[in-house]
Amino acid sequence: MIRFKVNGKDRTFDGDPDMPLLWYLRDVAQLTGTKFGCGMSLCGACTVHQNGAAIRSCSTSMKEVSGTEIVTIEGIAPMHPVQKAWMEIRVPQCGYCQTGQIMQAIALLQENKNPSDQEIDTAMSGNLCRCGTYQRIRTAIHQAAKETA
Amino acid sequence: MRIIENASRYVSRRGFLQSALASGAFVLCGRLIPEPLWAADAQSAGALFEPNMWLSIASEGTVTIVAHRSEMGCGSRTALPLVVADELDADWSKVRIEQAIGDPKYGEQDTDGSHSVRSNFDLMRQVGATGRVMLIGAAAEQWGVPQKECTTEPHFVVHRASGRKLGYGELAAAAAKLPIPKTEDVPLKERSQWRYIGKESNSLFDLPEMVTGQAIFGMDATMPGMVFAAVEHPPVLGQKVKSYDDKDALKIAGVQKTLTIEPFKPPHLFQPLGGVAVIADNTWAAFKGRKNLKVEWDSSPNSVYNSGSYRKTLEATSRQPGKVVRNIGDVDAAFAQSARSGGKIIEAEYYTPHLAHASMEPPVAVAEYRNGKVLTWAPTQNPQAVQETVASVLGIKKEDVTCHVTLLGGGFGRKSKPDQVAEAALLSKQLGKPVKVVWSREDDIRFDFFHSVAAMYMKAAVGPDGKPVAWLQRTVYPPIGSTFDASATYALDEMSLGWNNLPFDIPNHRAENGPADYHVRIGWLRSVANIYHAFAIHSFADELAHNANKDSAAYLLDLIGPPRIVNLDLQGDEAEEAKNYPLDTARLRRVVEIVAEKSNWGKKPMGKGRGMGIASHRSFLTYVATVVEVEVDHRGQVHIPNVWTAVDAGTIVSPDNIRNQFEGAAVFGTSLALFSEITATNGIIDQSNFDNYLITRMNRAPRHVEVHIVESEAPPAGVGEPGVPPFAPALYNAVFAATGKRVRELPLSKTKLV
Repeated sequence: MIRFKVNGKDRTFDGDPDMPLLWYLRDVAQLTGTKFGCGMSLCGACTVHQNGAAIRSCSTSMKEVSGTEIVTIEGIAPMHPVQKAWMEIRVPQCGYCQTGQIMQAIALLQENKNPSDQEIDTAMSGNLCRCGTYQRIRTAIHQAAKETA
Repeated sequence: MRIIENASRYVSRRGFLQSALASGAFVLCGRLIPEPLWAADAQSAGALFEPNMWLSIASEGTVTIVAHRSEMGCGSRTALPLVVADELDADWSKVRIEQAIGDPKYGEQDTDGSHSVRSNFDLMRQVGATGRVMLIGAAAEQWGVPQKECTTEPHFVVHRASGRKLGYGELAAAAAKLPIPKTEDVPLKERSQWRYIGKESNSLFDLPEMVTGQAIFGMDATMPGMVFAAVEHPPVLGQKVKSYDDKDALKIAGVQKTLTIEPFKPPHLFQPLGGVAVIADNTWAAFKGRKNLKVEWDSSPNSVYNSGSYRKTLEATSRQPGKVVRNIGDVDAAFAQSARSGGKIIEAEYYTPHLAHASMEPPVAVAEYRNGKVLTWAPTQNPQAVQETVASVLGIKKEDVTCHVTLLGGGFGRKSKPDQVAEAALLSKQLGKPVKVVWSREDDIRFDFFHSVAAMYMKAAVGPDGKPVAWLQRTVYPPIGSTFDASATYALDEMSLGWNNLPFDIPNHRAENGPADYHVRIGWLRSVANIYHAFAIHSFADELAHNANKDSAAYLLDLIGPPRIVNLDLQGDEAEEAKNYPLDTARLRRVVEIVAEKSNWGKKPMGKGRGMGIASHRSFLTYVATVVEVEVDHRGQVHIPNVWTAVDAGTIVSPDNIRNQFEGAAVFGTSLALFSEITATNGIIDQSNFDNYLITRMNRAPRHVEVHIVESEAPPAGVGEPGVPPFAPALYNAVFAATGKRVRELPLSKTKLV
């Protein structure tokens, strides 16, 4: 039996310990804000926080989740300054990758209160957006940084 | 088969525009939304006032507007209801949007071809204005005053003389009893009265849900009791399952069973590819089970497909005379004359590879078959194609397929083709329960309806002034028509996508198209054939400019020539469309001039390894000019510090969304210009995920994209696609300016710059 927390709530899981956290969240826990994009940690659509750090849930197995605390987009109290900035800058087009982008951005700002363009690029280049909203993502992160400063 | 009868509709998708008259009739009849087959539908409870099927007003004032176009990131689902709300004079904060199911009563519903707004703008205005007239009528009756003394302010009818006002909700019941007024009795607002159309404040209706994870995409749709399926597809198009062994697959915890899906019968249309499906309790078990399948495939004629040798065939064809699709003057005589007089002949060949759409959300669908009917939720650009495809594959009536449309995690043309929905419906029929089919990223990339590989041959004779006196262009690629007619080798619809409408002032011009066989499924990808056509035309234009020792932007304006309406000699729907949308070189010149000015063209100092390039291209009736600035570093890596784009899309609804579309088009353009390529070896696609099918990441994206929208009162044109075509040639022209290297094939990563 794997014990862990999701968004502050105690959870247990006794299925396939190799199941990626992504599919547990989506198919078992019905938390569908975390998206499937590639299954190989290449796109970042599935980004969640594990003990506060951004991870790719598609490549994190349930056995690696044991004893840890997971936060998904549903566990972020709206409107978080990052979400607010995303709204104000009107970042999304299709919106599919944006929850992963936001989780990555929140993790970045927790580590670095005022990231430079270069630091944003480094932190965010694992998160793909096929609609191409990168310029707005960068602007929104700067804005959220200002807000939280 | 029913789909075949309708194939021409898909082939000429852009030609298929529901006439405003036919759509207008819908305003006068019908109701909110058809009854669902089963399952509770999100009907607006207490809807009282339904002047037509597009609009209802509840007694508490909520206005429900039906969106009949899909949202895949271009803003259609917001833009059209905004137009209705404007003419209705509704308070946007009291508007909810209901997504239409697929139903021909809405007219054409294929959200592609950048035409949602342009094909529905007048209709949506009419819908809103009709509602407003009826609300005014209800208030006037209640007050006993003439209608003409009444006016509206957001969500209220007002009688200024007496200072009375009534809310739309209060009036809904009475308005619903009034006859629907005739179109001629429904005044539309003056442009100056618009509250929402063209305003900066507009944002996507679904924005809050998108940033909180509450938005429902196809990937998030569920049905009670559903099972999950992953399908092992034939590696080569047309292969059939010879035999398979599922012993190891069935050992995986959560795997329930395996089923085969019959292969398609040519033409493949949007039918499933066939293969073996693994049915499981959850997506992961289905994926894992699938990895443990052992499938033997029989042979397919498409296993001869090798991209290297195929390229040689395409290029050889491009050097031979093809089918003439536009002819002005006498190109051959002009070339001969030029040769005799010692004039200069310039030739160049360009090549562009297949591309995959790679929407962030892979294809997915939930479907339930019950009692001869199908209910499905799918991220589709075209719910009526879902109805037709599912009905055809299952042998049921189209009317018995109910397609609910979720949000789409990107579409780019891929999600006009609902093969995965048909898979889900077929499996549900066999299993007797709802099925969710989830494609992996590998499925998405390997089994796409690919953007076509293309070879272009260009030849010009230039006069003493450096301007061409003759311009021949020839293009060859497996056509989209092969999806609908297995024998198709020549392009149809693609010709109007930047090939038979060159807007240049050249006395002798001929455009040709050569034949090519297909070996993979070919489909539309954002801006479609404009991508390779614009790449060849605007690379070549820049080559001619340099040959003439002229500034590229000035030369481009010379090529475009004086302001005029270009005679395109169009037929049918295109001729009809051109009445409202003539090809106006004044507008094309203007975007070139604006982008040159904004980019400080020719004035901005360019250091070593830096350069700017320009291209302009009209597509989807929108005029676009783009300047790309590049910096090529000592390793030959290309960086893009700046992009400027000028856009004349006629009347626009949401300016900020349009800027977002063109910023995104620069990133999409960067992907195909620098990184992306699909190739085949023995019929099998070589790429499979984002590690080998590369798209732009933030660190390689243009650092700064500036979009300038030309104010215009012309009819609305497209915005989702037109930003893409000029990007690659502008970038390549910039690379030439920076390095002196003229690269004539996409993507740039295949060429060493240092």
